[in-house]
Amino acid sequence: MTPPRKKKMNLKQRYALMTRGLDWETSYQKMDDVFPYDTFEGIKITDWSKWEDPFRLTMDAYWKYQGEKERKLYAVLDSFAQNNGQLGISDARYVNAIKLFLTGVTPLEYQAHRHFAHLGRHIRGAGPRVAAQMQSLDELRHAQTQIHTISHYNKYFDGFAEFPHMHDRVWYLSVPKSFFDDACTAGPFEFFTAISFAFEYVLTNLLFVPFMSGAAYNGDLATVTFGFSAQSDEARHMTLGIEVIKFMLEQHPDNLPIVQKWVDKWFWRGHKMLGLVAMMMDYMLPKRIMSWKEAWEIYFTEAGGALFEDLSRYGLRVPKYADIATEEAEHISHQNWAIFYQYTQAAGFHTWLPTDEEMAWLSEKYPNTFDKYYRPRFEMWREMEAKGERFYNNALPQLCQTCQIPMGYTEPGDPTKIGFRSTEYKGDRYHFCSDGCKDIFENEPEKFAQAWLPVHQIFQGNCGGADLGDVLKWYHMENGTDNLDYSGSPDQQQWDAWQAARKKVAG
Amino acid sequence: MAGIVSITLQNNDEARPVIESILQDNPSANANYMPGAVKIDCPERLVVKAESVSERIGRDWDPQEIHLTIVSMGGSLDEDDDELVLSWGA
Ligand SMILES: [Fe+2]
Ligand SMILES: [Fe+2]
Repeated sequence: MTPPRKKKMNLKQRYALMTRGLDWETSYQKMDDVFPYDTFEGIKITDWSKWEDPFRLTMDAYWKYQGEKERKLYAVLDSFAQNNGQLGISDARYVNAIKLFLTGVTPLEYQAHRHFAHLGRHIRGAGPRVAAQMQSLDELRHAQTQIHTISHYNKYFDGFAEFPHMHDRVWYLSVPKSFFDDACTAGPFEFFTAISFAFEYVLTNLLFVPFMSGAAYNGDLATVTFGFSAQSDEARHMTLGIEVIKFMLEQHPDNLPIVQKWVDKWFWRGHKMLGLVAMMMDYMLPKRIMSWKEAWEIYFTEAGGALFEDLSRYGLRVPKYADIATEEAEHISHQNWAIFYQYTQAAGFHTWLPTDEEMAWLSEKYPNTFDKYYRPRFEMWREMEAKGERFYNNALPQLCQTCQIPMGYTEPGDPTKIGFRSTEYKGDRYHFCSDGCKDIFENEPEKFAQAWLPVHQIFQGNCGGADLGDVLKWYHMENGTDNLDYSGSPDQQQWDAWQAARKKVAG
Repeated sequence: MAGIVSITLQNNDEARPVIESILQDNPSANANYMPGAVKIDCPERLVVKAESVSERIGRDWDPQEIHLTIVSMGGSLDEDDDELVLSWGA
C-alpha cells in the first residue's frame, strides 16, 4: 500500500503566496514609471491578477527540479566525452547538422536568456514576471549545455570553433539572428507572441522533437541529452506562450487585431527560419526519422489545427498564409539544400549530394514533388561532379529584405518559377521572397529598411574585402577545412581513419 | 477533427510508470513511439493521475515531477496536487 498523499498547503495556495503574495503596488513611485514598457504597444490589461501559471511552479520547486535535470545531463555529457561518444555516431556527415544547430541556435538561446531577464524585470503582473525570470534562467542553461556539447565536438571536428563570431557575420546565420533581433527590439507583448507563442508553442516541436529523435537515431547521445533536457523546460515555455495569448484576448477586445497581426507575422517568420531545420531533417541526417513534410503534418496541420480551433472562440484565426506554408512544406527542404550546395564555398559546414538510397527515400516521402522538380537537378549536379565540373554559384544572391534568405523560393502553385515581390519605401526599392515577407515589411518599413543584409554588406565593403577569401577570413572560416563538400574534407579523412583503426582492432 | 491533446515524454525508465499510468487512465489515448520519446495523443482531454503513478513506483509522486521527463505538449494545461490535465476550451 502507498501511504496517503498529504501536503501542508496545496499547490494553488503555495503558488499564490510565492508569486502574487510577494508582489506589491509601489507607493512613492508611480507604477507606470516602474514598469515603463508594457503599455506602448497598445495592449490593454485591466486585471493582471487574472494571470495564473497552469503548472503553478514556484521558485523553490523550480530550483529543485532544474538542479536534478542538470545533474543528470552533465553525468551523460561527461560519460560521452570520457567514452569518446563521437565515435558512436552513425556517420561523420551527421556532425554537420549539429554544426548548423549549434552555430545557428545556441546564440539564440543566449539572446532569449537576456530578453526574458528584461521581461522578468519589466512585466507588471507578478505571474508572468516570475515565469519570465524562470525562463531567463532556462535559456542560459540551454546556451551553456549546448556550448559544453560544442566543446567536445570541437576537439574532433571543424566548423565549431568560431560559433559566436560567425553568428554575427555569416550570411545564412543572419537568418536566425535577424529573427531574434526583430523579436528583442519589439515590445514585451510582441516578444511574448513571437517567441513564447508563435515560436515555442506553435513551431518549436518542429525543431526539437524530430531533430532530437533524429539525434537519438544517429547515435548522438550528447545532443539527445541536451536536447531533451532543454525540451523539458519547453513545456513550461509553451504554456507561457498560450497563456499570454489567451490573457491578452480575454483582457480587452481591442487587443485582438494587434495580436492577430503579430501571430501572422511571427508564424511566417518562423516558417521561413525553420526551412533550415527542414533541410537538416531531409538531407543532413544519415538515418532519417521522419520527413519535414510529415513533421509539418503532425506538428502544424494537426496540433496547430486543434490549437487555432480552440483560439477561434476569441476571434483569432489561423495565421495568414498558413495554407501557403503547408504547400511549401513539399518544397522548402529541397530548395534550401540546393542553395547550400551551390554556396558550399561560403558555408561553415559540409555539403553533399544525396545518394541513390537517399533519393529513393526522398521520392517516397515527397511523391508529389521530389522526382518531378528536384531529382533532375541533383542528378545533373552529380553528372557534373563526375566530370570534374562540380557546380559552384559564384554570384552573390539577392536576399529577401525580411527573412534574409537568398531568393530561391518558388511561386505558390508554380514550383518552376522563382517568386519575387518588391515594394517602394522612401524612394528605394526593397525585394522579398514572398507575399508573407512583403506584408511584414509594409507593416513596419522603418524597422525592416534598416536590416543588415549580408550580401549588401559585402558589396558595401563592410565584410573584409571583395573576394571570397577576404570574406571567409572575416567570417573566421578556414578555407578548405570548414567549408566545401564533405567528400575530401579533413572531417571525412579523420572519420575514415577512425573507422579503419576500429576495423583493425576488431580483426 | 476533434481537438486532440497530446503529451510527449522521454522514453526512459523514469517516465515509463507515467506513460503506463496515462495509457491506463485514458482508454482512448494512443501512444506513438519514436527514437528516445513517446508522443501520447488523446481526443479532447488527457489526465495524468498522481495516485496511479504513485502506486506504480511505491512512493508518493508529485505531479511536478513531470518536469523531469516531459518533452512537449499540446492543449491547455491545469495542474494541482492530484493530477495534471490537458484539454481544450479551458
Ligand atoms: Fe531554450
Ligand atoms: Fe522572405
